Amino acid sequence: MKAISQSAPSAGLSAEVTGARSFARTTRLLMAPAVIFLLIWMLVPLAMTIYYSFQQYNLLMPMYDGFAGFNNFVILLGDPTFWKSLANTLIIVAASLVITVGLGLALALLFNRTFVGRGVARTLAVAPFFVMPVVTGLIWKNMLFHPVFGLFAWIARQLGLEPVDWLAHYPMLSVIIMITWEWTPFALLVLLTGLQSLPEDQIEAAKLDGASAWQEFRHIVIPHLGQVLYVVVMLESIFFLTSFAEIYTTTSGGPGTATTNLPYYIFQTVFQQNDIGIASAAAIGAVILANIFAIMLIRYIAGNLNAGAAR
Amino acid sequence: MAIVELKNVAKNYGSQTKGSSGNNAVDNFNLVTRDGEFVVLVGPSGCGKSTTMRMIAGLERNTEGEILIGGRDVSQVPPKERDIAMVFQSYALYPHMSVAENMAFSLRLKKRPAEEIKTKIDEAAQTLGIEPLLERKPRELSGGQRQRVALGRAIVRDPQVFLMDEPLSNLDAKLRVDMRAEIVKLHKRLNVTTFYVTHDQVEAMTMGERIVVMKDGRIQQIDTPINLYEFPANRFVAGFIGNPAMNFLRARHADGVVSGDGYGFTLDADHTQTMTSQRVADVWVGIRPEHLRLSDTVDTNRIEGRVEVVETLGAVTMVQLSVGEHFVFAQLPGHQKVAIGDTLTLTCDSDKLHLFDTDSELVIGRESMVQPSAAAEA
Amino acid sequence: MRSKRFNNVAMGVLAWVVALLIFFPILWLLLTAFKTEQQAFTVVPNFFFSPTLESFKTALAQGSGYWHYAWNSVLTAVASTVIGLALAVPAAYAMAFYPNKRTDFLLVWMVSTKFIPAVGVLIPIYLVYSAVGLLDNALGLTLLFTAMNLPIIVWMVYSYFRDIPKDIVEAADIDGASIMQTLFKVVLPLALPGLASTGLLALILAWNESFWSITMTDHSAATLAVYIASFKSAEGLFWAKMSAASVLAIAPIIVLGWFTQRQMVRGLTFGAVK
Repeated sequence: MKAISQSAPSAGLSAEVTGARSFARTTRLLMAPAVIFLLIWMLVPLAMTIYYSFQQYNLLMPMYDGFAGFNNFVILLGDPTFWKSLANTLIIVAASLVITVGLGLALALLFNRTFVGRGVARTLAVAPFFVMPVVTGLIWKNMLFHPVFGLFAWIARQLGLEPVDWLAHYPMLSVIIMITWEWTPFALLVLLTGLQSLPEDQIEAAKLDGASAWQEFRHIVIPHLGQVLYVVVMLESIFFLTSFAEIYTTTSGGPGTATTNLPYYIFQTVFQQNDIGIASAAAIGAVILANIFAIMLIRYIAGNLNAGAAR
Repeated sequence: MAIVELKNVAKNYGSQTKGSSGNNAVDNFNLVTRDGEFVVLVGPSGCGKSTTMRMIAGLERNTEGEILIGGRDVSQVPPKERDIAMVFQSYALYPHMSVAENMAFSLRLKKRPAEEIKTKIDEAAQTLGIEPLLERKPRELSGGQRQRVALGRAIVRDPQVFLMDEPLSNLDAKLRVDMRAEIVKLHKRLNVTTFYVTHDQVEAMTMGERIVVMKDGRIQQIDTPINLYEFPANRFVAGFIGNPAMNFLRARHADGVVSGDGYGFTLDADHTQTMTSQRVADVWVGIRPEHLRLSDTVDTNRIEGRVEVVETLGAVTMVQLSVGEHFVFAQLPGHQKVAIGDTLTLTCDSDKLHLFDTDSELVIGRESMVQPSAAAEA
Repeated sequence: MRSKRFNNVAMGVLAWVVALLIFFPILWLLLTAFKTEQQAFTVVPNFFFSPTLESFKTALAQGSGYWHYAWNSVLTAVASTVIGLALAVPAAYAMAFYPNKRTDFLLVWMVSTKFIPAVGVLIPIYLVYSAVGLLDNALGLTLLFTAMNLPIIVWMVYSYFRDIPKDIVEAADIDGASIMQTLFKVVLPLALPGLASTGLLALILAWNESFWSITMTDHSAATLAVYIASFKSAEGLFWAKMSAASVLAIAPIIVLGWFTQRQMVRGLTFGAVK
């Protein structure tokens, strides 16, 4: 009497329990709704995007349709705006990652001490992460960045300086500032939680061994935070790659194409130029880009899974 | 109450092909219990005792063989239909339910009338002395109390078989000794066939009617405690059962005498005959520490060595001697004055010697009343 | 140890300064909400003014449509969370307690769908919704939010289920409970706090969502995110009203976020930090 399905000693009840046939069926039934749902909403559309990328399809000119081969991709790769949007995307992701993680780590170290009203201060510092991104855009655009009525302009005038039109002259910087304002609190929160799980006795042992603050940091804190840092970077990349709301409410991709990133480029191609074929081709580019980041994160999750399964 | 039979039961994880015994967590397990018997599965960790019990429970499926409870083949039957109850090492009480609800759970699932449920719970609570705890939640209870509740939950089911997976290992030493006796008393009262898994050979010896000694997934020997002690079937069982553990000395055989560097023994008639007829040259000699005593005359059986360690326990004194390349433990009367560095000569009776083959590790001569199917290779 | 104590106090002060600086834009928004439009739209910012509820009244007035948008936000956020949990719980249950190679694979697959950028599926979804009449439709938007959050919900519920000791589930099995009975009578009661945290996180993510809200709705199903985004073209005319509306829109989430900080960390870092 061999088992119907084989598996290693499992974290829960083995699927090999007698009556395995009906068991496996129940398991499949339990998972089916979620799996089917995601198939319909994610995989099928993704496949359709791929299909459309090989079609000539413009909503404004529906008579011209048909198989376009690689034409869309050729046009896309010849479009300087596409490359600009790709570059912008990568710049936004890179800059935001560096700032949020670096600043987040510094702040986490700062907040990891006991001081009066620590809980309140922490709540205040973490709040921006919960603010709706469209609201973030409007706050910064109108009340802070605005060259006449904004607070920064007022501060500049008080200091005898010429007010800066941030969104017009430093659009990328402005977008990056907004995104990092939103996400540094997230990095702070996660890293702070990670720091707090660092066992006291390791630090004490290091102090007894005569380690300086920097050595302590480098040899104990950073390795301990290793996994957490990795996940923060991966996760933030996924969200930064698809930044939309901040750009939509402030610069609308401009001036010109200065702040057009890949998602915004696709958005424009669909809703302003109505060119489905090209937009789909660009969307495939976005998917590929996201995949590169995702594969690295998935490897971590799968490793975590197996570690848990060996309970 | 039921007879439990395991026939050629084996468990294989991960391999598709039958008979790749290298991967078997449990192999060639054969056992027939008596009705109401208390059977202990004992062995070092990883020996397959828990796996075997989980197969009886139905929590793991046996890859080969048959399992019968009360004459019924349950290999394909899920746990809830096997009419068994189990006590887990961690007790596995439902944290969000009170003690009474924990005990009532299985009966409620069977839709038994409330009257009957209450009666059964009260009965079990009384037997175990946990009546005042019925409304409490598990987190409010001590380890010993939780243990009783776990037992109560099992008793209430009135099953054909009880399974206990190291139920005492999470308790402190004194509580363990008390609970051991309680479980034995409980068993005598309820008279339900019980399987008990432990790694502690003292628990096994004091509780079991029969003991199944396991190693590396295979049965080494099935026998009563005293038989395991007096007639171990192989070197593993000999060294596992009995505290302090048996000494093993490598020796050469010549004409009814086995000897080595610092020791020599004259075999009795049975042994001599077996050794000579089988032309055995090299052998393991086993002798229990409690069977060694100081020698003041020139005996035919002697061990001579230098005292390295002395442990004064009051009633007895444990002494460790270095004898050639071996260390030998001896248990001497408490009043014996021994000092580190002394040279001692010990002796014993020939009929207390155990001989084991150096290759197969099986006992030579004097097989016990072992079930033939349980004799195992090392 | 005066220097050490001074060090600590200085650091504490620094932390507070940083916290206030970070929070300032939100504070400024809050202040502006209590101003009149004249007070809000000035070259020299008004730090001192007499607060008024006038802008809140304007923002919430019948004609503004605020309640309509707020209702859509609530409806889509709550409904997508409920549907998400309903789909996720059975799946997570199977994956946590009856795992095999297939469930492990499907779990990783499900989580991986989170990394498909929204733009990757924008076009087909837009075209199909348009064809079947789900554009500018609350149900259509709800289902999108569900799809967006499902991977995270599944992962979080799975991790909370895995925290339940497996022998409790085995004991229930031996006690005679079927799979569904074990789920409802043993597992869910024990995982309830974790499910609540997961639900809150899903609520927050759906409420704050803007990409699908903006692209898939027009008016009928538009959420607060869409309403507020519409202020982007109003040049300084409605700053106070915009601030009031924004404050009302973000306040519930900031409060919820305060409650669920820890769980958000756990869910969003896929269990790396607990």
